[in-house]
Amino acid sequence: MLFRTAARQAAPLRRHAFTPLTRRTVTTDAASANVETPVPQEDEKPFTVRLSDESFETYELDPPSYTLETSKKEMKQMYYDMVAMRRMEMAADRLYKEKKIRGFCHLSTGQEAVAVGIEHAITRMDKVITAYRCHGFAMMRGGTVKSIIGELLGRREGIAYGKGGSMHMFAENFYGGNGIVGAQVPVGAGLAFAQQYNEQPNTSIVLYGDGASNQGQVFEAFNMAKLWNLPVLFGCENNKYGMGTSASRSSALTEYYKRGQYIPGLKVNGMDVLATKAAVQYSKNYAINGNGPLVLEYVTYRYGGHSMSDPGTTYRSREEIQRMRSTNDPIAGLKQKMLEWGVTSEEELKALDKTARSKVDAEVAEAEAMAAPENNSRILFEDIYVRGSEPKWMRGRTVDETFYY
Amino acid sequence: MVPLRTPLRSWTHIPRRFYSGAPTPAAKLNLPIDYKTTPILHHTSSSLANTQDFPAGATSKRLNFFQAINSALKTALSKSEKVLLFGEDVAFGGVFRCSMDLQTEFGSDRVFNTPLTEQGIAGFAIGCAVEGMKPVAEIQFADYVFPAFDQIVNEAAKFRYREGGTGINAGGLVIRMPCGAVGHGALYHSQSPESLFAHIPGVRVVMPRSPAQAKGLLLASIFEHNDPVVFMEPKILYRAAVEHVPNEYYTIPLSKAEVIKPGKDLTVISYGQPLYMCSAAISAIEQAMPGVNVELIDLRTIYPWDRQTVIESVKKTGRAVVVHESMVNYGVGAEVAATLQENAFLRLEAPVKRVAGWSTHTGLSYEQFILPDVARIFDGIKQTLEY
Repeated sequence: MLFRTAARQAAPLRRHAFTPLTRRTVTTDAASANVETPVPQEDEKPFTVRLSDESFETYELDPPSYTLETSKKEMKQMYYDMVAMRRMEMAADRLYKEKKIRGFCHLSTGQEAVAVGIEHAITRMDKVITAYRCHGFAMMRGGTVKSIIGELLGRREGIAYGKGGSMHMFAENFYGGNGIVGAQVPVGAGLAFAQQYNEQPNTSIVLYGDGASNQGQVFEAFNMAKLWNLPVLFGCENNKYGMGTSASRSSALTEYYKRGQYIPGLKVNGMDVLATKAAVQYSKNYAINGNGPLVLEYVTYRYGGHSMSDPGTTYRSREEIQRMRSTNDPIAGLKQKMLEWGVTSEEELKALDKTARSKVDAEVAEAEAMAAPENNSRILFEDIYVRGSEPKWMRGRTVDETFYY
Repeated sequence: MVPLRTPLRSWTHIPRRFYSGAPTPAAKLNLPIDYKTTPILHHTSSSLANTQDFPAGATSKRLNFFQAINSALKTALSKSEKVLLFGEDVAFGGVFRCSMDLQTEFGSDRVFNTPLTEQGIAGFAIGCAVEGMKPVAEIQFADYVFPAFDQIVNEAAKFRYREGGTGINAGGLVIRMPCGAVGHGALYHSQSPESLFAHIPGVRVVMPRSPAQAKGLLLASIFEHNDPVVFMEPKILYRAAVEHVPNEYYTIPLSKAEVIKPGKDLTVISYGQPLYMCSAAISAIEQAMPGVNVELIDLRTIYPWDRQTVIESVKKTGRAVVVHESMVNYGVGAEVAATLQENAFLRLEAPVKRVAGWSTHTGLSYEQFILPDVARIFDGIKQTLEY
């Protein structure tokens, strides 16, 4: 079998493919931070948190400060956001299984600390663009639960009027929700160019997965961003699996924060919302002070499958999922720290949980009660123009189908 | 758009038409396709045996579309060690199960996962092919092929043109991709980009209509040509279409259309999934207009296509309707219609009709309004007959 031998020699890379190479040297412990001084009584008074020494790794970059200023109020808000986000994703999961949501749907359960940590480090004037695992980001950018669930259900009250569905949600300074793997990355560089051109003191947060990081256009975007010194924070959400293939089986270099080569990189514990916030806060300052782009890597984990049709257990062990869930969960980690530091009492936390749950549930119920769009021409011709700016009439598919607004 | 001319109708008279949602005859026509009884599929092994293209006396098994693709790939991998299979997540069977168990049987040297790099996948496959391999590269959805467009158009398609007498070609390269709408795929899981590839000399574009067709056409694409092939699989058929498929190796010639149903009054030309709707529309029209007899042709290969069969048919019937799912603008229908007016002008009794998807993107909630349906095909046939 001469041919087979030749084939083996010709593909030396594949020999490595089956020995796990993945190095994820930052910790994924969601409860690794500490406080050195007692937490103040006042809700809004800032105090300092010491992050774990294993929160970051850097590439050609001075590490960010390992301390973070936060407040009881902010921590409670972070906690609330993560709980609400997970509750919403669980509702989407249920509605999908009940066949009320159809089509493609990618849930971010387990990755909440990334979206929440980022949002707490930036302002509403900063821009965010991500791939199709976008429900949580849409929520953090100001989308209501009912508008997001309504969108998944294809309702007119949805965040994209029901015309986009799961992967295509937009909000103010949130540019989606993009269905094509990696396609949002160069678009994100463009967003940052506009910010630089208009001299805005803002940054663009551009997210993609470990799978997408192998797309050619990601590297094209890196080059332009560095060449023109754009204030863009590329961010690889490394959840270990690009669809059903583990990072080490798809990537020659799994240290995604070094993928920018000539762009400094920062790897961060994406299971710890506090470390994520610290990293993004630092990076934003770096970018808007004229230092150009950064490549971040948020080390995280998705509990569910890639999409609703993937049970998520054929390419990883149930034990691995269970271990991440029980020991590295971002919500449980923050909860533990909040109780330990006296940020909140057990009762107050329970009440917070309950509020988050009931608010999300109520909005989900509202979305479920929204009527399916009727099959009539008024609705069919809706949203061709911005509502309220329609012309007198629009030609339809044929001349006799002209619609008069 | 600003209207250039005021419509002739007065503003007070407002015509309202309520599309297919209203209780019209469409309600009776647009029933779900019954794949268990449609004449398009071989429901028994005897019907298979009576058809040309298939090996005589072959044993057969009932397979759905993805199983037939799987069977073709398995046959190809066993037949030649030069056949490779790779793409995103193909190792554990692929999202549509087309490569189920193939890595177990043929090993990870020949069946393996790639990174999510469509441009890379296509380029890599071209490199393999010009060295004499027969790479079958999977693009997970046709909607994702566009990063690979440059490689397909500029590298694969032009290879034979520029090989400089070395005889090198990218034959054996087959880029498979699931295409078409399923009802809820929205913007990025519904597209059918065959006409984009059909514009490019040097590639062959194939879209089979059924499991047995798929196996024969896929094997022909891998083994019988020195051109790269873009092989598009209507994903709605993966599970829906079940028919008898010969167990052994066989091929169906590329660039050869098939007359599925002979007729004398009008020719319907289509390919892929809409053929099922055409068949339903034809039986409805033949019932509604007794004496009418409609011919149905499956192009099978969209480029280079079988002009002769189509022209001969239309010269006989004098009327033609082209049906496809992808958008009507610059679509396959335009090419067929132009060819017919050039070659069968004096025999045409009516303009060639196109029934196809509307020129718009596919919104989540509105797929059914965009795609051609049985009622629209029925209407198109009727208008063309009554012209």
